[in-house]
Amino acid sequence: MMPLTPTLKFDAERDPSFPKQIMARPGGEKLFGCIQCGTCSATCPVSIYMDYTPRQIMALTRAGFKDEVLRSRTIWLCASCYACTVDCPKEIKITDIMYALKRRAIQDGVYPKRFPIPVLAREFFKMVRRRGRVTESELVVRLMLQTNWLGMVKMWRQGLNLIRTGRFSLKPERMRHAEALQPIFAGGEPHLATRTPRHPWEAES
Amino acid sequence: MKFSYFPGCSLKGTGRAYEESLLAVCRALGVEVLELDDWNCCGATAYMAVSEAAGYMMNTRNLALAERDSHELLAPCNACYLSLKKTQHYIAEYPSVAAQATGALAAEKLSYTGKVKVRHPLDVLVNDVGLPAIKKAVKQPLKGFKVAPYYGCQIVRPFAEFDDQQNPVLMDKLFQALGAEVVRYPLKTRCCGGSLTGTLGEVGQRLSFILLNEAQRRGATCVATVCPLCQFNLDSYQAEMSRQWSPVRMPVVYFTQLLGLALGLDEKALGLQRCIVPLPAQEVHA
Amino acid sequence: MKQPTNGEARIGFYVCHCGTNIAGVVNVAAVAQYAAQLPGVVVSRDYKYMCSDPGQELIQTDIKEHQLNRVVVASCSPLLHEHTFRTACEKGGLNPFCFQMVNIREHDSWVHEPGDAATEKAKALVRAAVKRVALHTPLEVKRTRIHPDVLVVGGGIAGIQAALTIANGGQNVYLVEREPTIGGHMAKFDKTFPTLDCAACILTPKMSAVASHPNIKLWTYSEVVKVDGFVGNYKVQVRRKPRYVNEELCVGCAKCVDACVYKEEKFEDEFNEGLAKRKPVYLPFPQATPPVVVFDPDACIQLKTGKCKKSCLEACDRNAIIFDQKPETKEIEVGTIILATGFRTFDATRLPQYGFGTLPNVYTSLQIERMVNASGPTDGHIMLKDGRTPKAVGIIHCIGSRDNRTNRWCSRVCCMYSMKLAHLIKQHTGAEVFNFYIDIRAPGKGYEEFYGPLPARMDFRERRRQGEMGGQRHDRKAARPRPARPARQTPAVG
Repeated sequence: MMPLTPTLKFDAERDPSFPKQIMARPGGEKLFGCIQCGTCSATCPVSIYMDYTPRQIMALTRAGFKDEVLRSRTIWLCASCYACTVDCPKEIKITDIMYALKRRAIQDGVYPKRFPIPVLAREFFKMVRRRGRVTESELVVRLMLQTNWLGMVKMWRQGLNLIRTGRFSLKPERMRHAEALQPIFAGGEPHLATRTPRHPWEAES
Repeated sequence: MKFSYFPGCSLKGTGRAYEESLLAVCRALGVEVLELDDWNCCGATAYMAVSEAAGYMMNTRNLALAERDSHELLAPCNACYLSLKKTQHYIAEYPSVAAQATGALAAEKLSYTGKVKVRHPLDVLVNDVGLPAIKKAVKQPLKGFKVAPYYGCQIVRPFAEFDDQQNPVLMDKLFQALGAEVVRYPLKTRCCGGSLTGTLGEVGQRLSFILLNEAQRRGATCVATVCPLCQFNLDSYQAEMSRQWSPVRMPVVYFTQLLGLALGLDEKALGLQRCIVPLPAQEVHA
Repeated sequence: MKQPTNGEARIGFYVCHCGTNIAGVVNVAAVAQYAAQLPGVVVSRDYKYMCSDPGQELIQTDIKEHQLNRVVVASCSPLLHEHTFRTACEKGGLNPFCFQMVNIREHDSWVHEPGDAATEKAKALVRAAVKRVALHTPLEVKRTRIHPDVLVVGGGIAGIQAALTIANGGQNVYLVEREPTIGGHMAKFDKTFPTLDCAACILTPKMSAVASHPNIKLWTYSEVVKVDGFVGNYKVQVRRKPRYVNEELCVGCAKCVDACVYKEEKFEDEFNEGLAKRKPVYLPFPQATPPVVVFDPDACIQLKTGKCKKSCLEACDRNAIIFDQKPETKEIEVGTIILATGFRTFDATRLPQYGFGTLPNVYTSLQIERMVNASGPTDGHIMLKDGRTPKAVGIIHCIGSRDNRTNRWCSRVCCMYSMKLAHLIKQHTGAEVFNFYIDIRAPGKGYEEFYGPLPARMDFRERRRQGEMGGQRHDRKAARPRPARPARQTPAVG
């Protein structure tokens, strides 16, 4: 028997502070000017794969449907191509709002844990925190080991091609003095402070 | 002409052919570049997804290093170019960003005033060096080359400071000056999929496939890129794309590699052997 | 009348409480105290209702007792009581124009919170007024003649109707129109909304009436170059551009057009929105008023080089062509000027993502209008560039409008305009018609009723739902996002 889920929300189930918080970040100021024209959805190259399109995310965010927004696939699918930002007639910086939503989903712990995209973001973040730079080969290996090691095996051809053409780094790329970046990580957003790590990836030394 | 040079992580990794060809071409055209000392990663798209503050601060450090060297800063990778530019713009536009971004500079006695200009090599080569000077230096015109110039997203969106946002033409003009035929390519600024090709292949690779397929349909013999991730995405998955959708086989090169060929530079020096789908030999040795 | 002496201003200052309207927000006593120590102020009072009889009498009494030669009242808007206080000054023996009013109600107490800031603002306004009033000179009210003639600038439907209404009322009207003919944009239309009346059938009788009206002087191919004077008494210079034809003699037979050395039409026809070509000498459209041809000096060989067979001269049996015609400047006197200069369509090349100017079958609304028109360049057939009839036509609303980067506002007419075209396109071609809209705006009489039956006959797609469930009538498999560059023939509505 198919479970019945309500598709309507009551006003009390919305979170009115949510849109205000998103609007407080650079780029989100004009969110309430959205006329729901849908140009963002139309120009987004990956909107056809999204559960909620960019325009729907704008509407849901404005209306305070925090859960729906933060649990959507959409915010992770955004490839930051900025097509929406450039075409929006109300000059809303949609890409920046997508970033803010990604960060909020991580902060609230509601990001899809096995989904490759936040995993990639996390590994990237940790690697740079440690060495100051990214070694792509190592990054991809780490990513695939955690999300899709069978897929990694299937990518043997790519790996071989990269090794053959000398594009697969075997040595890690690093700064001479990566510790110079420490002030950055100490001054970052509160949930990333080393004092009380919320997620294992923030406690990296 | 002297520039500070910010390679970015990719140009030391999968995109090393870009660095090789860029430095070779700069040498040949009298553009002096000096790599920024102990630069850090720009954060690309990943950092903004995790920590906005850290993202801006990382870029501000690079900008401050460039200001210390007091030259304009060359950033070849589109993502690095955008991260640096966006940081500059947002520091100027948002007091909250300005307050945060410069907070981590004091420890290294660095400072950021906003003076430094971030430039893309396409801009520098076509506008600063100039097409007349480049034309004079051409030794082997790119006859027979039918190039589809692919600009990608982040050098024209959201900041289009050196070319038209909807229809950029600097690469088109460059290749014409080098003697190549430029294919009309309306998808020249559509997204290649970015990092999605590695995380969500069916989505990301599909976007890259559409670009390659269109170039093929329009009779291009190669696609020219300005970004290491675009080059990687278009170059590396063609076998999979052919299996999943329809056959594509299209060499994808950096614009600096084509420029280098026209200037008569050696293919190995330009990193052409690093292409997974190689440029046909007869084209190279025209 | 007290004659004020320069440099010896004796100012009376009055600040009104206006009940609590002003006093509830501004500390009026403090304002009066402040004004008292300003240079030139000899008496400074605050009073509950300055506009009342006792209030006005205060002014009159003070003028006499304190030999005031200037008065300032800080109260409400001059639109309300400037006349009242000027009269009070006059009754007190002071020239009414030696009075200055300060608005500390609409400009201060009604728009700010009570407190020091509101009071400081009032003081600042008062200080300025006191300084200014010392510089007033006495003026006399005179009666003057208003010239009864009217100038209407712009010969589109609005200008035409204005000219006719005024001329029918017995006044003389000059109707000045920049183009060689009157008619404006409406002359290009096929039908009007919401009634689908024939545009020309409404317009051309009025154009004819203008041409033959004894009270209307019609100057086409003319522009206003200078306006001097003041309300009721304008001196206007109108420059009549040379059409190289004597308007009195030409009857519009167009024999010269047939005889022109250009056997083929080669020059862009502005009236047909670039969809057709014309010769250097042309009649803008068959019902052009006045029915006089015009020569284009940038296209005519004789006018450009002086060396032409001039077969047009031969063909004209009324000797109406004058190749050395010069521009003429006319000076007229009018009392009223009506500006009815109309609109310009949005330049759709400013939004290149919609393909206008780059993709072959993207047209503006006015271009479609010309195609739909039976007397247009395609005889009423809507066709693609290659001559085929389209099987599907998309109409995109709001191009350039509701957009912070171009025009912030809604253009107000383009929804109705689009739907009119949608209806006509459907009628003429039977094609599948798609309306890509953001919101349907149908605010006028009969507009909603016009819209009502349309969704049953054609596809209305919300732009917002493209790429989503609900974006089309069919199942999800058929869903395709609208690309930013439409692949099909798509008129863009300017």
